Amino acid sequence: MPPISVLTQSRVAERGKILKKLLVYLSDYKKETVLAPLFKMLEASFELLIPLVVQQIVDVGIAGGDRGYVIRMCLVMVALGIIGLVCAITAQYFSAKAAVGFAAGLRHSLFAHMQFLSYSQVDRIGTSTMVTRMTSDINQLQNGVNLVLRLFLRSPFIVLGAMIMAFTVDVKAALIFVLVIPLLSVVVFGVMLITIPLYKKVQSGLDRVLGITRGNLTGVRVIRAFRKEEEEIQQFEEENEKLTHMQMFVGKISAVMNPFTYVIVNGGLVALLWVGALRVEGNLLTQGAVMALVNYMSQILVELIKLANLIITVNKAVACGNRVEAILEMEPENQTVGQIGATQPADGAYAVEFDHISLMYPGAGDESLSDIDLRVKKGETVGIIGGTGSGKSSLVNLIPRFYEVTKGTVRVNGIPVENYDQQKLRGLIGVVPQKAVLFQGTIRDNLRMGKEDASEEELKRALEISQAAEFVFSRPEGLDGMVSQGGKNLSGGQRQRLTIARALVREPEILILDDSASALDYATDAALRRAIKNMKNIPTVFIVSQRTSSLMHADKILVLEDGEAVGLGTHEELLVDCSVYQEIYYSQYPDKRSRQEVQA
Amino acid sequence: MRKILRYISRYWFFLMVSIICAAVTVTLTLYIPILTGDAIDCILEPGKVNFPVLLNILKQMAVVIVAAAASQWIMTVCNNRIAYHVVRDIRRDAFRRIQILPFKYLDGHSYGEVVSRVISDVDQFSDGLIMGFTQLFTGVLTILGTLLFMFRENVAITLVVVCITPVSLLVAAFIARRTFQMFKLQSETRGEQTGLIDELIGNQKVVQAFGYEKRALERFDEVNGRLAKYSLRAIFFSSTTNPATRFVNSMVYAGVCITGALSVISGGISVGTLTCFLSYANQYTKPFNEISGVFTEFQNALACAARIFALIEEEPEVLEPEHAVVLQEARGNVDLENVHFSYVPEKKLIQDLNLHVKPGQRVAVVGPTGCGKTTVINLLMRFYDVNQGRISVDGTDIRGMTRKSLRENYGMVLQETWLKAGTVRENIVMGRPEASQEEVIAAAKAAHSHSFIKRLPQGYDTVLSEDGEGLSQGQKQLLCITRVMLCLPSMLILDEATSSIDTRTELQIQQAFSRMMQGRTSFIIAHRLSTIVDADVILVMKDGNIIEQGRHEELLAKKGFYANLYNSQFAEI
Repeated sequence: MPPISVLTQSRVAERGKILKKLLVYLSDYKKETVLAPLFKMLEASFELLIPLVVQQIVDVGIAGGDRGYVIRMCLVMVALGIIGLVCAITAQYFSAKAAVGFAAGLRHSLFAHMQFLSYSQVDRIGTSTMVTRMTSDINQLQNGVNLVLRLFLRSPFIVLGAMIMAFTVDVKAALIFVLVIPLLSVVVFGVMLITIPLYKKVQSGLDRVLGITRGNLTGVRVIRAFRKEEEEIQQFEEENEKLTHMQMFVGKISAVMNPFTYVIVNGGLVALLWVGALRVEGNLLTQGAVMALVNYMSQILVELIKLANLIITVNKAVACGNRVEAILEMEPENQTVGQIGATQPADGAYAVEFDHISLMYPGAGDESLSDIDLRVKKGETVGIIGGTGSGKSSLVNLIPRFYEVTKGTVRVNGIPVENYDQQKLRGLIGVVPQKAVLFQGTIRDNLRMGKEDASEEELKRALEISQAAEFVFSRPEGLDGMVSQGGKNLSGGQRQRLTIARALVREPEILILDDSASALDYATDAALRRAIKNMKNIPTVFIVSQRTSSLMHADKILVLEDGEAVGLGTHEELLVDCSVYQEIYYSQYPDKRSRQEVQA
Repeated sequence: MRKILRYISRYWFFLMVSIICAAVTVTLTLYIPILTGDAIDCILEPGKVNFPVLLNILKQMAVVIVAAAASQWIMTVCNNRIAYHVVRDIRRDAFRRIQILPFKYLDGHSYGEVVSRVISDVDQFSDGLIMGFTQLFTGVLTILGTLLFMFRENVAITLVVVCITPVSLLVAAFIARRTFQMFKLQSETRGEQTGLIDELIGNQKVVQAFGYEKRALERFDEVNGRLAKYSLRAIFFSSTTNPATRFVNSMVYAGVCITGALSVISGGISVGTLTCFLSYANQYTKPFNEISGVFTEFQNALACAARIFALIEEEPEVLEPEHAVVLQEARGNVDLENVHFSYVPEKKLIQDLNLHVKPGQRVAVVGPTGCGKTTVINLLMRFYDVNQGRISVDGTDIRGMTRKSLRENYGMVLQETWLKAGTVRENIVMGRPEASQEEVIAAAKAAHSHSFIKRLPQGYDTVLSEDGEGLSQGQKQLLCITRVMLCLPSMLILDEATSSIDTRTELQIQQAFSRMMQGRTSFIIAHRLSTIVDADVILVMKDGNIIEQGRHEELLAKKGFYANLYNSQFAEI
């Protein structure tokens, strides 16, 4: 077996291993996947017959001066061309269908898969990476599949076919093919093997240039304030120069490929003519047969170049496939999902209990929360205060089980959160995240996110409580007002109020305000808290904040520092016995301190 | 187009070499089939093989082959050189231009857009235009050369080739026109899908918190289904181009075969000439396909070039006057007189603003979001120029001094923390690259960043990524403050500098700030009113106007907008 097919076979095997999981998505298109290459090979077979027809024309038609024969044979060629066209278009259709279906199926599964990844997995992967996987990587894969189906069998088939046909014409002369094909393969694949890793380097060089440009633009104010323009230019030019050098280097190597293949194929041609001449002289070959051999030689050259291009695409696709698969292989965490649905707190049970919990993020060096113990009754309002990075948000994120505790247990209504059905658990909870995120669509769509069938009345009530009714209904569109992507057409405060309303629409048993009032002014903040207190079913409220004013009226306040609880009690109690709380409070109300000092 | 030529003309030598080599390559490549034909004519039948002539022809062939290969290699290397260097030059010019573009431009364009011009547009331009140019050039040359050679050999057959070939172009153009709409639809749908993915995956935590996963998937599937439908059409119809043109080519081949074979029989030409024609028929159609591909690439490349040159030729900041004053150590007298400013003419922002700041004074600016607080800073730093009126430092109009020296005299901490990819130390010494390690540590201690920097894996040598990954927002802010602490110019600007730091740390930093602000003119923007109580002047802004001005106590006594704002933070439930 000549090396070229050994190469392709090993490639197929390797690819098969890597892409095994992804190829499942082709299984719905089994028919197309088989038929596409099949029709391609049919087309190729007809193409391989052409030189033989020409040989017949020369040896029979011309030699015998038979015009009728010549015309008949040429009509055969036209017929072969038409059949080839039909086969080719059929193949294109099947392969397009399989590739598109494959990509659509893969996108669907990947998207669905991503939906169920845990918070810490999302943190680890990063959203921009996930978006790239969903879009450009899958597009590359689609291209790859399409090309493989069309060409991967066709090109080696023609190369081998041409050689075999050459053998049927004349064994001795065909031996030249046996020499030429491996030589060509060595050049084509050798150059590729050398250049592919180099191209990867070029790509990373380009990434660096891109990184500098992006950094320069995002930090333009700082750069100009610190007059760093010249240095930035210098750094950019250095990387730019490096990139150019790398490109030149790779370019020089890959520039060798075409001239070399050209020399080899035409060298083969020269040899073929010489051997052919000897064989004709010895009456072992005809003139037409020599022509057929020459034609086969040129077919090989064309196909080899196609094959080389194809392999580059396939390489890219395989790299993309690996990346996509890495995400698909991530097992969604939070596997231990219980069946328990909505519950009422048993008598005496707390609405939320943190039972000596600790949390350490994967890959982090130290615990973010350690040994927190907190019990909250239904309807209570709990404030959580602490400095930046003290673990406030981490703590409330444990209630909807966005992260898993590393030690201890979190219970809702007396039942450990692991025992809940995840959807049901989260259904009990309304979260207002730190970042006010809204989605493209109408305000109504956004509010109904947590409760699909919420009535107009419910939406209005939620908007009133969240102090958003005024601005929503002051517009003619009201609830049908459009929110643009990322909520860009609303101010920060308006977005925040809508996210609060969105959480309230669910009529949650537990409401988590994760530093949500930061974009609200003090008056709105106060009105919001009052409105929540007046709700029909008062939820258990967790308020995370850095501002004492937002939570000084809470039933209890937990003071966190570096992940540890350093105080728990009411505002008044903490002012007496929690030094951290005192410091926070007086840093915000400097004049109260002086008053207290005067009193003392 | 002329601009493009300007970039290419720097490499005219390589361009000339490339063109010459292309001509040589094409001629030699076209000569091979003739030699092959001649060779075949030497191999007629047993006993009629002309070995001496054949040997001679084969020797010639060998020489021609090697020469063609060599000139092809030189051509490719030259082309690469031109392409990569032009790309480098354009990128360099674009980047240099970005450094002097006014903020009006930079704030008006998303940086993703500008980055894509510098990176992908330039790449597409070089691929499309420069590679396209060589393909076009060799393509045209091949067509002309083939025609010439063919006419010399036999007119009748050549006419057959000339008549049938354009059909393949027509077919390709027809398919391209039909598929254009489908591709447009595909890319629109793809854009829609990307937007949706961006939104839903980017905010996945919210999606999960509200149990929205299933409906998110439904929304996604709807778009995904449409995309699959459009993609299938676009891909299938466009992929018919290849078989269709190949079919036309095989018709050309058959045509040559029939006329050629008949002429051989009637003794018009030899079998060798027929072989030669057959291989020409193959070669001749290929450049047509390439050229039709090149044209679409060309259009794309020109569009890219237009975008890049629009960036490179974008009006830069107003040039500094020839004898611009270099502001030495400023004393810190800042005067704003009758300043008018707006970003867009239709929407007036700052009107008739007057402010006189004496050295060492602390000026605080407060007011609701969007009232123009940050705009004042933009004007002070001369990120934007005033529309009317003037701003002066120590009595000199800031438009009469070099931007560099003006900005040197300001220390600035912004709300948006920006860190450079590099070590912690590199980020701190931005304003004073010559600072010693002791000075850096002293500044870090003053800004309360020393303790957390120490705890980083490599301390001051820890390498930060571009967006300061791994640091909390507050820590990033502390680093930015340290940066200013280190160089301490005579005027300070703190734009919401402590907004993402908890109030306790803030209090400590405030103390450091007060020490730093001693004897320095400073401008403070804050929404936490507690931090500006001790300012010498508080400006209360609303809708671009200063509505109240005075010290904290005076403003409280006025019981106006400020008093309202201040008291609301003590609102009782």
